Amino acid sequence: MTAALELDRLSVHFYNGRHDIAAVREASLSIAAGTSFGLFGPSGCGKSTVLRVVAGIELGWSGQVAAFGTPYRAGQKPQGRLRRDVQMVFQDPYASLHPRHSIRRTLEEPLIVNGIADARRVAAEALAAVGLPPDIAPRTPNALSGGQRQRVAIARALLLKPRLLLLDEPTSALDMSVQAEILNLLMDLKAAYGMTLLLVSHDRDVIAHVCDSAARMRAGLIEAILDRPALAAV
Amino acid sequence: MAEPLIEVDGLTVRFPTADGGWSTVVDGVRFAAGYERLAIVGESGSGKSLTARAILGLVPAPGQVTAERLHLAGRDLRNLTPSAWERVRGAEIGLVLQDPRFALNPLHRVGRQVEEALVLHTSLGRAERRERALDMLDAVGLERPRDVYHLFPGQLSGGMGQRVMIAAMLVARPKLLIADEPTSALDENLRRQILQLIADLAERHHMGLILISHDLQQVADFADEVIVMFRGRIVDRRGARDLAHSSNPYTAMLWNCRPSAATYGTRLPTLAAAEREALDDRGA
Amino acid sequence: MSLAATARSRSFAPLLRFARRSPALALGSSIVGLVIVIALVAPLVAPYDPTFQTMSDRLQPSSVAHWLGTDGFGRDILSRLIYGTRPTLLIISLVALIMAPLGIAIGIVAGYYGGIVDRILMRFTDMAMSFPRLILAFAFVAVLGPGLLNAALALAVTSWPPYARQARVETQAMRRSDYMASVEMLGIRGPRLLFGHVLPLVFPLAIVRMALDLAGMVLIAAGLGFLGLGVLPPTAEWGKMVADGTPVIFDQWWVAASPGVAILILSLGFNLMADGLRDIMDPRHG
Repeated sequence: MTAALELDRLSVHFYNGRHDIAAVREASLSIAAGTSFGLFGPSGCGKSTVLRVVAGIELGWSGQVAAFGTPYRAGQKPQGRLRRDVQMVFQDPYASLHPRHSIRRTLEEPLIVNGIADARRVAAEALAAVGLPPDIAPRTPNALSGGQRQRVAIARALLLKPRLLLLDEPTSALDMSVQAEILNLLMDLKAAYGMTLLLVSHDRDVIAHVCDSAARMRAGLIEAILDRPALAAV
Repeated sequence: MAEPLIEVDGLTVRFPTADGGWSTVVDGVRFAAGYERLAIVGESGSGKSLTARAILGLVPAPGQVTAERLHLAGRDLRNLTPSAWERVRGAEIGLVLQDPRFALNPLHRVGRQVEEALVLHTSLGRAERRERALDMLDAVGLERPRDVYHLFPGQLSGGMGQRVMIAAMLVARPKLLIADEPTSALDENLRRQILQLIADLAERHHMGLILISHDLQQVADFADEVIVMFRGRIVDRRGARDLAHSSNPYTAMLWNCRPSAATYGTRLPTLAAAEREALDDRGA
Repeated sequence: MSLAATARSRSFAPLLRFARRSPALALGSSIVGLVIVIALVAPLVAPYDPTFQTMSDRLQPSSVAHWLGTDGFGRDILSRLIYGTRPTLLIISLVALIMAPLGIAIGIVAGYYGGIVDRILMRFTDMAMSFPRLILAFAFVAVLGPGLLNAALALAVTSWPPYARQARVETQAMRRSDYMASVEMLGIRGPRLLFGHVLPLVFPLAIVRMALDLAGMVLIAAGLGFLGLGVLPPTAEWGKMVADGTPVIFDQWWVAASPGVAILILSLGFNLMADGLRDIMDPRHG
């Protein structure tokens, strides 16, 4: 069985005026399909950059990246199957939904663009899957709470039935009780869809709750890969 | 203790809504506290911060504050003039905010900002003010206070900035210190230090302390009594030691919903819809 | 509350709240709205034919028959003012219809695609920006002959670049946002992304800018008319009316002052509207 994600000596450099900053230095890791993998470390350690490479947002990198055996090409956005297989939920649900589009449009448009039939019904099912009532469909995001918005963002990320779901601090903008609800939801959905999760968080406790294994990063380097017993030990 | 330091009853804060009605953000809050450490805990929308702001006369413009009783050390704080509020704030109540970067003036040196309360509220001379400010900077655990005195806020780290702000708030010896999420902008390892510092200083200077926080577990270590708010109302109140065994479903959920290695593979506790509704109706 | 009262409060309450929230916007849009209504019903409200000359009634001051007096050809100034709203509003709306969509479209395409597309479009924008507006208008009119459409075209061609620049900057900022990343991962791109997703977010600021620009357009349109480059006589036009009044400004001041005040009021209306719109749409004012 191929790994869900394989990174081999992934490096990302940024140019900041004169200086060349290595955001990620030769990071290598492999994530088994169907597991939850965590990336954690202090801010600026490169964990989000790794995630953005896998999402196809950050294109200037070197090394090898492959999801489900399909290699990425540096400088190009992922296309076709690969693009649909990898989806992402962002930290700030306020910034990742269109303020003037209704929830219905937010969910139906990607389905229509990707040629999925019966968009209205599929979108309604997606709402139900994340525990939202159907009557919020005509509303815009500013009529929803932070937790509801993040549920919509999760529903949208799952529309194309991705096999690898990237989570960038998905609960750090939320209240503690809402965080618990969203984490429960993610675990339920992972089981239902058989997805692989890649979770980035600064909060070790969240990683330890969710992940089967995790990588600790510091200053662009992967310091250690922690398995379950190592994660459980404080 | 004969008379409580702060007494609040029927405190209500409301804001006009877009459709012409009123939205009640703090709804009939009642509590009293002496010189112990009180924590007010709640999530966003619980009204915890506005409760603190109402005590300080800082509820922003279209908001309306009403109370049956709002007393600080026996003095009625209702219907104070703006200049009377100015004297209360700083001289009698100090406020420590979440992020020192926004609370300190970036153009003034640390020393001047710490002394400001002394200029406003005391008749001390310049040398005495400086002495008091340096003592205070030392007391909040800043190394080499003489150097810090001459720095600008931009030259301080987050933890140092928060210490400076605490010094500026305590220098005029207020009777009550209100700390509104004083550690949310800080790194994890600094949070306990700063909370410990605030708790210690409150005890040493014989001040009342109201700690506002969203983190029930964290606050429990630094408070004697905890008030839990939900949607503008107090839903639970108990000693910090009893929090883990609270019979209130909301408190119990808040206490247990933090994820950790121990919760791996389990569902985190959440409020069922029915419990949420019951909370909305009941209040305390 | 009775049903009728509920219905009334439903229809008027939003308007009242709106007026309280931004008096400038309410006043400005009332002025602009009134001028538009006057333009639409000009034949019904104007007491006289605006081009009918009565040489015996030349340069009459304000009277019961002629509220604002008459001009050098004995035409009723009030009627000419009322009919004069038409060419002014026509020029303004033509300009608005050309410059804002053109500028926004160029801006978001340049901002979204970046690279060589951006460079070509922005140099083109710089070129258009570097033309002195009035002189180009003169040139247009000189080549194509005076007339409403030519004047509007001349103004539109020189006034779209600021819209392009603003839309480009906003689009570039959005380009780096989580939002853009999330919809592109879902396969939404190209014109659908630009016009369905980017445009609605660029639009509000462009509207504010347009209201501000239109205030200036009122003045420039009047300026063209004043110089004889706008509509052809004897059609009533405010700028031309001011020009007609200038020879007699010391003795019969009302001939020039009346259209002058009309220009001022309409321009002020657009300015107030822009000010109020900015207050409401500015995220910092919630």
